[in-house]
Amino acid sequence: MKNGKNPMWEAYQKEIANDNYYFARSCIRQNFFPAAEDLYLKILRNELGKDIYDDARQTTCTGIAYHSGIIPMETTMTVVARQFALMNEAGYENFVCSCVTSFGIYAEMLETWKHFPEKEKETREALKRATGMTFEIPKNMVHASDLVYKFRKEIAAKAKFRLINKQTGEPLKIVDHIGCHYAKIFPEKGIGGAEFPYVLAGLIDDWGGAQVDYPERRHCCGFGFRQYLLKSNRGYSVSNSKKKFDSMKPFRPDLIIANCPGCTFFLDRWQYVISEMEGKTYGENGYGIPVLTYEELAGLLLGYNPWDIGLQVHQVAVEPLLDKLGIENKPEEKYSGINGLDLGKPGMPNTLKCY
Amino acid sequence: MASLKEELLKDIRFVEGLKSCINCGVCTAICPAARFYEYDPRMIADTVQKGNEAEIEQLLKSDTIWFCGECLSCKTRCPRGNTPGYIIQALRALSIEKGFFTESEQGQKQLAIKRTVGEHILKYGYCVYIDEVNTEMYPEQGPVWDWLKQNRQEVLERLGTSYQKDRSGTLRQIPEESLNDLQRIFDETGATERFEKIETQSALKANELGMNREAYFDYLYNGEKDRNNEKR
Repeated sequence: MKNGKNPMWEAYQKEIANDNYYFARSCIRQNFFPAAEDLYLKILRNELGKDIYDDARQTTCTGIAYHSGIIPMETTMTVVARQFALMNEAGYENFVCSCVTSFGIYAEMLETWKHFPEKEKETREALKRATGMTFEIPKNMVHASDLVYKFRKEIAAKAKFRLINKQTGEPLKIVDHIGCHYAKIFPEKGIGGAEFPYVLAGLIDDWGGAQVDYPERRHCCGFGFRQYLLKSNRGYSVSNSKKKFDSMKPFRPDLIIANCPGCTFFLDRWQYVISEMEGKTYGENGYGIPVLTYEELAGLLLGYNPWDIGLQVHQVAVEPLLDKLGIENKPEEKYSGINGLDLGKPGMPNTLKCY
Repeated sequence: MASLKEELLKDIRFVEGLKSCINCGVCTAICPAARFYEYDPRMIADTVQKGNEAEIEQLLKSDTIWFCGECLSCKTRCPRGNTPGYIIQALRALSIEKGFFTESEQGQKQLAIKRTVGEHILKYGYCVYIDEVNTEMYPEQGPVWDWLKQNRQEVLERLGTSYQKDRSGTLRQIPEESLNDLQRIFDETGATERFEKIETQSALKANELGMNREAYFDYLYNGEKDRNNEKR
């Protein structure tokens, strides 16, 4: 499959700057995968020797509010402009964001300014009036996973583990989930476009795993913004994820990796919810299918301690994956705080098996 | 007074979203919302394209425009470059602007989103913040979240975050100056005005339904069941 689609993938390659980035953080990734972004910075700085700036003054891009319809486009546009102004003040020209919703937002605002120059002018005036700031458009704007993709071979060369089942010697079967706003809005801005996104599949190929090409591979995780945010609408969200799980289950995936922090969260937590609602689990022997972000996967393969990179705050247990990879872990470190303080274990779900 | 269609045409998302719909239905075929709700983006594109004022007004007062999940799968697939998801954004904005949103159960729920995500942005500088997320409002977070919340100082320190700290890093305290910038941007670009409109219109609707501020939020956030509990 890989060779057959290569020419199409090549049509959707994009420019990714080689170094010197301004890092824009994600609301969801920070809250629900609280070790992920600092791991990402460590990989960029310590493993790859890159310069990436982490600014205390940045804020949310407001994307979740924008796509829920509670704030005007002009507000989001001006917040985006402020983030660019902060990047300029810090002396950077390359913008990298850690959230697929944000990536879609930044891309949309940059495109809007191209098609409607009067909106760029209005935004500049609004930003000036509100904050006194001015901004330059970034030379390069990419998603955080684009850098992991760009340097995937360097990461592979340093990795202590590969995506191979240690017991069988077979490649691990891996589902990639890209997140709608990475390439469905602007296909030319995603590696591989919207049809054959390669940003995560490329990691699977170069890190030794096997891609799972299942029928609902490109279906939305079901975030739906206002659909998830309200408990009364949340059935939409879990239903969409379930459609994906039911479709991937016959392929017996060992792991799901996700691009977008929201998708990672939903694909992890809805497995727990479906197990509680219907008694159904999707992994082997009553466990779920572990769900990792791209930096968590890179961190594991590079040999970071899974409990130092926050894998204990996933609801689906990652131990079945660690065992297959041959990564030893110390159970007593999983639920400990600083200096090894024992914090006790979380409660157990009724159906989904956990450690 | 401008017609509703003229109002929509002032929104660049409407201009970008509706070029020339041929009613093929590809958007509906790909739409996750169409699978799980009584929702058909093709019909929406058709209604706004025809431009019948009464039909557009009916749309603005209906649940229909609130079912879209903004995944924008329709943008990729439309063979004529339309984006029903953008048309929806313009319709939602106009529905709030005209005060029509409280005419539908789904539209009314904008208040609950404003009170959560909207207010969190101005309070914390994040759309979502750990201190506001609990398993009562978000039961899908599961037991691991209760454990994290209960031990958050210890766990978040072990994981190297900047939780509640005045420095760069994960979950840092956003500086006052940045929060002030956000507030001034909201004031300058219409978000504050929209928030006020959502609150004012919602207060009228809550009054009409005989609910106080908190009960109305619970009804919108949790759904019909809680409204029935409230009545009992």
